Amino acid sequence: MQRVGVFVCWCGSNIAGTVDVQAVSEALKNEPGVVFSANYQYMCSQAGQDMIKQAIIEHKLTGIVVCSCSPRMHEATFRKTAQAAGINPYMVEIANIREQCSWVHKEMEIGTEKAIILGRAAIAKVNLNAPLTPGESPVTKRALVIGGGIAGIQTALDIADAGFCVDIVEKKPTIGGKMAQLDKTFPTLDCAACILTPKMVDVAQHEKIRIFSYSEVEEVGGFVGNFDVKIRKHARYVNEDICTGCGDCVSKCPMKKVPNEFNLGMDNRSAIYIPFAQAVPKVATIDPNACNMIKNGKCGLCARVCAAGAIDYTQQDEIIEEKYGAIVVATGFNPISMDQFDEFAYNQSKDVITSLEFERLTNAAGPSAGKLLRPSDGKHPQTIVFVQCVGSRCDACAEKGKEYCSKICCMYTAKHAMLTRDKYPDTDVYVFYIDVRTPGKNFDEFYRRAVEEYGVHYIKGMVGKVTPQGDKLKVQASDLLANKQLHIDADLVVLAAAIEPDASARPLATMLTASMDTNDFFTEAHPKLRPVESPTAGVFLSGACQGPKDIPETVSQAGAAAAKVIGLLAKDKLQGNPCVASANEMMCNGCSSCERVCPYGAITYENKEFRMPNRTTAIRRVASVNPAVCQGCGACTVACPSGAMDLRGFANKQIMAEVDAICK
Amino acid sequence: MQTITREQLLDKAVSLLSDGTVQAVLGWQKGEFDYDITPAVFETEDALKKNFVWNDFCGANFSKYLIERTKKIEGKILVFLKPCDTYSFNQLLTEHRFDRDKVYAVGIPCDGMIDIALVKAACGDAISSIDTSADTIQVETLYDGAKTVDKASVLAERCVVCKSKKHVAYDELLGEDGEVLDNNRFDEVARLEAMSADERFAFWQNELSRCIRCNACRDVCPACTCEKCVFGNPESGVENKAVSDSFEEKMFHIIRAFHVAGRCTDCGECSRVCPQNIPLHLLNRKFIKDINAFYGDYQAGAEVGSRAPLVDYTTEDLEPGEVFDRGGQDA
Repeated sequence: MQRVGVFVCWCGSNIAGTVDVQAVSEALKNEPGVVFSANYQYMCSQAGQDMIKQAIIEHKLTGIVVCSCSPRMHEATFRKTAQAAGINPYMVEIANIREQCSWVHKEMEIGTEKAIILGRAAIAKVNLNAPLTPGESPVTKRALVIGGGIAGIQTALDIADAGFCVDIVEKKPTIGGKMAQLDKTFPTLDCAACILTPKMVDVAQHEKIRIFSYSEVEEVGGFVGNFDVKIRKHARYVNEDICTGCGDCVSKCPMKKVPNEFNLGMDNRSAIYIPFAQAVPKVATIDPNACNMIKNGKCGLCARVCAAGAIDYTQQDEIIEEKYGAIVVATGFNPISMDQFDEFAYNQSKDVITSLEFERLTNAAGPSAGKLLRPSDGKHPQTIVFVQCVGSRCDACAEKGKEYCSKICCMYTAKHAMLTRDKYPDTDVYVFYIDVRTPGKNFDEFYRRAVEEYGVHYIKGMVGKVTPQGDKLKVQASDLLANKQLHIDADLVVLAAAIEPDASARPLATMLTASMDTNDFFTEAHPKLRPVESPTAGVFLSGACQGPKDIPETVSQAGAAAAKVIGLLAKDKLQGNPCVASANEMMCNGCSSCERVCPYGAITYENKEFRMPNRTTAIRRVASVNPAVCQGCGACTVACPSGAMDLRGFANKQIMAEVDAICK
Repeated sequence: MQTITREQLLDKAVSLLSDGTVQAVLGWQKGEFDYDITPAVFETEDALKKNFVWNDFCGANFSKYLIERTKKIEGKILVFLKPCDTYSFNQLLTEHRFDRDKVYAVGIPCDGMIDIALVKAACGDAISSIDTSADTIQVETLYDGAKTVDKASVLAERCVVCKSKKHVAYDELLGEDGEVLDNNRFDEVARLEAMSADERFAFWQNELSRCIRCNACRDVCPACTCEKCVFGNPESGVENKAVSDSFEEKMFHIIRAFHVAGRCTDCGECSRVCPQNIPLHLLNRKFIKDINAFYGDYQAGAEVGSRAPLVDYTTEDLEPGEVFDRGGQDA
């Protein structure tokens, strides 16, 4: 029989405000096995933990139940406390009477009743707990960074500088991501290329970093410290090791009418291309959908002009298999499609553009060589209307757009407006906004400069409709402060499109068993205390894949993710989770159901000899679980038709005891 | 009557036994009554010639017998498999329940088996002899005299809605192979689904209240092959409960239906052996119907090693909420 101690936490008023903690500790005193029950204001504090330790020693407790917050918050804390007082850390059960009780109830009576029931269930379980000892597994000292934008670049550099090997997988032919497409960066207005491209070169030259460009992660197996990853390196039909990036092939390629992704389709590139002059790796890539040689075997010009002989039309996709100790997701973002926003006439007029397209238009390496010219007729626009929050901060029940604030648009729109006025003082610039949000360092000063020094017309209100008429765009909008309708004849309309996670994020999350929110942003392990870790051990988050972020924030999060990875890779061994599955060989019939459902490949079978009645023996096929690979998800325990599979620490019997205690 | 004759089967068995291909034959022999045919293992030519039976009462599915029999034999055992039996055969292979190398499977055609309960209902209980050599069955009874009945009218339900005349596994085939049939075996399930929850509860209450927990359904079921059944395991908490209340009798059958879900081939043996004539196969068939609806058509045992929908995960899988929306709230 266990000797159970019960510790009810007030959590200040978080729990005690809705739960009569005194009544709970009194009621639980009489449960089977309980020999001690108490309550305290902050159980997780030094004083609270000391109280637990003292009770364990004084009352010779064999197991404890802490009625407090979610086990995700403090289970580890109380396990350490128990261990310090000499009992096995897995003899601790948490009854979550905060998130699952006091925070969801308003009435003291109901809250108290439920807290008692939850406590009773935990006591029923701890009575069946057994001490568990975790195993150890080695750590592969190599990290994988998925995504080669500024987030991935910074994370990779920081990890590599600490002395660990890093691989970057980037699906585009070059690293650089969105930042490479930007012109200037707020609030200091340094040119994006000037601060990014040296970092790209650092990455390329770092002896600890390998870049797999034009590649995608195809399969992820294993677990923290021991991930097995398959990377598909798409055929670029150019031998990367030989190509010098001279660009002769690009200029000779006769197929020059391919929309240029880097300039968002505002100009064309050739079928063999280098995305931009500072690309890393600076090698050519053949677009198989555009190349005549690959499509129908006619041409071959690039191979003839290539002095290095790097062109290889027969190149195949390559699968690279590598082991990693940690994985950083840095898949970034994209502006949303404007197809659903017909009111702004994006698909009707070439002169309605998104902010990222504006960014390319003003960039010296852009389609107009940095001159601000209308895409339709190449004339200088006199009146420019910027529309903020296009698809951001939409009503939850609206059929289009996103509910969240995209965060970066206020600042880049202020930047665009200011730079336009600075370079072309003869233009009239209007910005329509819902709110202007500038809570970063030097951000509000920046915005105010746009208004006060540069004379940008900021108008609170939304644009209702944009109608192309002749060579003008009729903008119909409301000025909420003046309470009047406005009609502006604009030459250019710039939409601050909401941003969304890259489409590759969702399938990647499935591969990594990492969780996502409803917007497909990766979920962090704790929004405040563990913002760069995914709830899946060994998977870390960097940049906008976790939520909208500007460059300074992305870079600091990238560094934080790197710090976490370094902390992990610095260890030689990882303690495993002892709550793993095991098969009762006497009951297992070797049917393979568990093997099929195991997401980690932790189950294998062996033919074992068993003693049977009358001194006979029989060979039977039975399952065995590799405890280093098992993550304790429990899928096998429910798939097993015989009930031979059980999870240590969460045995069927324990769960049933909890259910019984709740239903009593 | 059956197209293939006893003599053909017997010749095959005798020749395979005498040339040493197999060491034993899994076949049928007469039980207490003419219609009471029981599985048997024959090891000699004499025993075969004397006792081997093949007629319209040979419904027993031998697949499950292979689990124990293959363990007890050095060489191979001959097994006769009707088309529906081959599905169970494959399913057991999928679950690694016997060694395929120890089996010589002979596929035989089947023209449907007779449900003796239907004969008794038509002709009276006390049957002294029964002749099924023609499609009009001659029945002698003790108290009601001689009767005749059409085979078609006394065919077992599982044969009326036969799912397949095609053999999905064999080493050798006797006679012609047939086709997978597009039958209406889910009509009865649909009828139950159309009932209100109360009506359906009353239906099952009425059926299952007759259960005497003889465990025949479990013992015959080719999907029930656990080393230790939960109903025989003191650790399970549901061990050997006698039917002491109406909840427990339902619990047994519902737990069993869940345990075989996705693995049940709808062979219908459970209902055939039930001494209380409970249509147990309808519980399993409901699961099959739902699995088909939720995850696309799936026939357990159609091929060896196929991944059953319930132990397979794809990103296209139905979300639980969708199951609820499709009528879960009423069920």
